[in-house]
Amino acid sequence: MRTTDLKSGSLLEQALINGHFAVTAEIMPPKTPSASSITKKAELMRPFIDAANVTDNQSAVVRLASMAASRILIESGVEPVMQITCRDRNRMAIQSDVLGASALGIRNILCVTGDHQRFGNHPESKNVYDMDSIQLIRMLKRMRDDGLFQNDEPIANKKNGAPVPPEIFIGAAANPFAFPREYRPLRLIKKVNAGADFIQTQPIFDIDVFRKWVERIIELGIADRCHILAGLTPVRSVTALQYMRDHVPGMHIPEPVIQRMQGASDMEREGFEMAIETCREVIGMPGVHGLHIMAIGWEKIVPEIITALGLTPFRNPAGTDIDGKKDPT
Amino acid sequence: MIVADRKPLDEIIRLIGSARRIAIVGCGECVTVCHSGGEKNVLMLERELRMHSVATGAPIEVSGIVSRRQCDPEFNEDAAGDWDVIVSLGCGAGAQTLAAQFPSIRVIPGLNTRFMGAHTSLMRWEERCAGCGNCSIHLFAGLCPIARCSKSLLNGPCGGSFEGHCEIDRSIECVWQKIVDRLTEDGRLDTLDEVCPPKDWRTSGAGGPRVYTSEDN
Repeated sequence: MRTTDLKSGSLLEQALINGHFAVTAEIMPPKTPSASSITKKAELMRPFIDAANVTDNQSAVVRLASMAASRILIESGVEPVMQITCRDRNRMAIQSDVLGASALGIRNILCVTGDHQRFGNHPESKNVYDMDSIQLIRMLKRMRDDGLFQNDEPIANKKNGAPVPPEIFIGAAANPFAFPREYRPLRLIKKVNAGADFIQTQPIFDIDVFRKWVERIIELGIADRCHILAGLTPVRSVTALQYMRDHVPGMHIPEPVIQRMQGASDMEREGFEMAIETCREVIGMPGVHGLHIMAIGWEKIVPEIITALGLTPFRNPAGTDIDGKKDPT
Repeated sequence: MIVADRKPLDEIIRLIGSARRIAIVGCGECVTVCHSGGEKNVLMLERELRMHSVATGAPIEVSGIVSRRQCDPEFNEDAAGDWDVIVSLGCGAGAQTLAAQFPSIRVIPGLNTRFMGAHTSLMRWEERCAGCGNCSIHLFAGLCPIARCSKSLLNGPCGGSFEGHCEIDRSIECVWQKIVDRLTEDGRLDTLDEVCPPKDWRTSGAGGPRVYTSEDN
């Protein structure tokens, strides 16, 4: 068990640093001020996952704040990965949120550029994009490692005071399926150089493209410098696949996948089988250190998938989970 | 150049309201080039307003004037007159120059000022410059990701770049695809390896309204 040199001490970091095949799952906050919908999902996922990823106004649709949802997860005994997008906040608001998140015990932060507001429910709004995701990653790394704000002032109440850096495990996203394909691994290097500790990929529907991407990042020596979580989205209907293909930015769904679903007599069963097949492929792949499941609108399938794969969450040495309670499982 | 397009006639008529003595002031610069505020556009609007007047039976007096450069008061003297309203067929800078120059006359905008752009094919202009006040296109193969990337990204293409198109609309080119292609062709792709730091937006509109003073007389 390695616990020294931890950057954040989060359970996800401990799992990955100890070579445990980690599993995270996405929890999308509700469009209402309802904590109970988050705690319900937390209860469902808690025995099965290492951390839950909380999206930040996903697809540019206004939802309960990722920081608040992350804290609700902590109180429900699930470790959060809080997402921050560059779309809605400038560098001042983001740094303020990072301090706030740290004060609330949030230890994993995932940095993304964010879907353009054109896709969401407020297309008439003005975006921010003061920074891009790579600049955001670097800013968080400097906050954590050097105790400095973006403007080089120490994270302290007095200008010459000793810095009090936030403890953060820094995540980033990667889309192996986007264009220009050959540039994707090079952009990942930039993210890792900027300070990304772990990477979540876009959902895999084309295992060949994903495999080539992983081979390339191994070849470039990046797989040893960060933890890669392979993205998975289980889908239970052909219309969902078609919708994602046509309306979700960065999604690559090859025609044979759609045809296979179209030909299925039980689409839910087929979707489950397809998810398991993809997982089995990636679990054995060198350079892949975990799984990130984004079961949008089909959260109840997550425990079934993880159970079918025989994966179990990492437990820290005390056998306790995030809130210090003995894990019931 | 500054690209603008004309407001719909209905909107211009609504903005004119009950005013009877109307001057239409065009501009001989950018908006002449993009066919929205030049001499022929002034004549066209004059005709449209007269036809509307005949159709509704509300008499009006319309005069068309083309300023050589509407954003410069010294070229707007011909626009002086006993008008109820001036319809500016200039960009926002031109219209405001008229409003400042003739404070007793109501100035209404006849154009929507769109962007700073270049003529890319016949009768088509595309945005090229966001006026950020600190040009860095030399870092990006001569292309501007601030003006031409929907998210103004400075460190490479986002995950929505698809077959050369932007995620927000397939009719928009992904400028990062073009930057990567061009630097690859030139064998200079490694110039993108360094993380490009966050931009200092003080030189852009984020630093407040900007003023430029030339010392060259």
